[in-house]
Amino acid sequence: MSVDTATVAKIASLARIKVSDAEVAAMVPELNGILAWVEQLGEVDVTGVEPMTAVIPNQLRLRDDAVTDGGIRDAVLANAPAPEHGFFGVPKVIE
Amino acid sequence: MTDLTDLGIADIRNGVAAGTFTAVEVAEAFNAAVAAAQPALNAFIVTTPDAALDAARRVDAARAAGQALGKMAGVPIGMKDLFATKGVQTTAASKILAGFTPEYESTVSQNLWNAGAGMLGKLNLDQFAMGSSNETSAFGNVISPWRRPNDTAPLAPGGSSGGSSAAIAARLCPAATGTDTGGSIRQPAAFTGIAGIKPTYGRCSRWGVVAFASSLDQAGPMARSVQDCAIMLEAMAGFDPKDSTSLDLPVPEWEAGLNPSMAGKRVGIPREYRLDGMDPDVAKSWDDGIAWLKDAGAEIVEVSLPHTKYALPTYYIIAPAEASSNLARYDGVRYGLRDLPDGAGLQDMYAATRAAGFGPEVKRRIMIGTYVLSAGFYDAYYTQAQKVRALIARDFELAFQHCDVILAPTAPTAAFALGEKSDDPLAMYLNDVFSVPASLAGLPAMSVPAGLDRQGLPLGLQVIGQAFDEQGVLNAGLALEQRAGFTAKPAKWW
Repeated sequence: MSVDTATVAKIASLARIKVSDAEVAAMVPELNGILAWVEQLGEVDVTGVEPMTAVIPNQLRLRDDAVTDGGIRDAVLANAPAPEHGFFGVPKVIE
Repeated sequence: MTDLTDLGIADIRNGVAAGTFTAVEVAEAFNAAVAAAQPALNAFIVTTPDAALDAARRVDAARAAGQALGKMAGVPIGMKDLFATKGVQTTAASKILAGFTPEYESTVSQNLWNAGAGMLGKLNLDQFAMGSSNETSAFGNVISPWRRPNDTAPLAPGGSSGGSSAAIAARLCPAATGTDTGGSIRQPAAFTGIAGIKPTYGRCSRWGVVAFASSLDQAGPMARSVQDCAIMLEAMAGFDPKDSTSLDLPVPEWEAGLNPSMAGKRVGIPREYRLDGMDPDVAKSWDDGIAWLKDAGAEIVEVSLPHTKYALPTYYIIAPAEASSNLARYDGVRYGLRDLPDGAGLQDMYAATRAAGFGPEVKRRIMIGTYVLSAGFYDAYYTQAQKVRALIARDFELAFQHCDVILAPTAPTAAFALGEKSDDPLAMYLNDVFSVPASLAGLPAMSVPAGLDRQGLPLGLQVIGQAFDEQGVLNAGLALEQRAGFTAKPAKWW
């Protein structure tokens, strides 16, 4: 499978990265080179093989259902680019 | 008096404990070395001389008061700028995190401070740990202290932990943290003539470490000797309830368990790693390593890892897929850069922020990851890669029925010059051909210096062990280290 400019523009939009037409044009051959290379995985016989989900066997733990922290609003907002009135500020969403 | 900056972790710890010198003297010596080298090597993104001195003063006071000292008491270290450090800028070498000052401390760095270590500064790296040459940092290239003879061309310190490797080789710090997703501890260690170990996945907490590919990311120590790696890994490792993949196991006493005898041990030599057209110096150093381990008492056996050639393509699906998901958090809302063009809405702000904040390699990997996870392609790429990953892990399981550890080169060549591979992403990716398989299988693996190639540049040998057997890896590393007798260091030009 290979990608064209329309597909690259679509991927960029899905990834929420603004790209210029020139950047899209430059990315097409780069991404195609990488995709052509990874496609060799198609030749591996994976009949009956389960996809790996955990590399080292480990059990997911459950913790006690208890409050362990909180009350740190100012710390949470300390690095926000535009905090307002104790909230994260963003441009208007609803028209 | 010996130059304090030539000392490693064990010598500093022992010297401070014995009163041969004070922790403050050590911190001052390294602070001066860091400051003097920064303009030429660019190994650090920020330096924190006061933090190093404060930690040293606490150790000296504890010693004066007769209190027990930690495993790393009085040892100043470099901290890869992927670990969140409270009150000190943490960027992952990306513009998108410029100015980000965490309100919390990563578990691994906190463990090191608890053990008595101090911080010299935050080390440069490839942006979001994506790279093999440290050329993708938004804060400039790190320059290796090594040079080819009669040649001032700047060489790559390896990546992604290139600030760590350069700083240790240049004696700016006795040790540093690294992180390894596909070889980012081992390859830079090999390029700069130092040692480094990636432990079993889950040994070191990922909490507070900027995420790249969560199923692969693992922190580990980089230093100039195997013993120093053992000491520092003990200080870094340990169960952390804040990381859901943290191993709930006690931390072994790896330093006390060091034993260079390989008697009764079998060392596997994977036949698929002997590539056509292999660099003759790399092939020779591998043969040297085989002879050294035989001399240490090991039996050498050939093993097969049949899916080796698929490891890199598997990695370059899984790692970008996980990265595209992990890096979705950088949206200009909660921290870091925000680019809000005039009149832009929320979606435009996300896209503009990410376009301005991420470097080209990071964008490339997010794009690949987004594509392989997108509807219609998920099974063909991502699920297939997860299945091949299972086969690669099974290859190692089968091989370890016939051997205790595996010996291989760390990287296919010695260090290359900056710019030499940066125009071709695929050529750069091939650097990780020997390091990626162990990462995909979650296994402990270390690089130790083996010697110099024909250009006078360091080469590394890699030991891969079974899950949880860091001790076996360290012991084989020690046997190699003792026989390699690697004492070369870069001539000081900076």
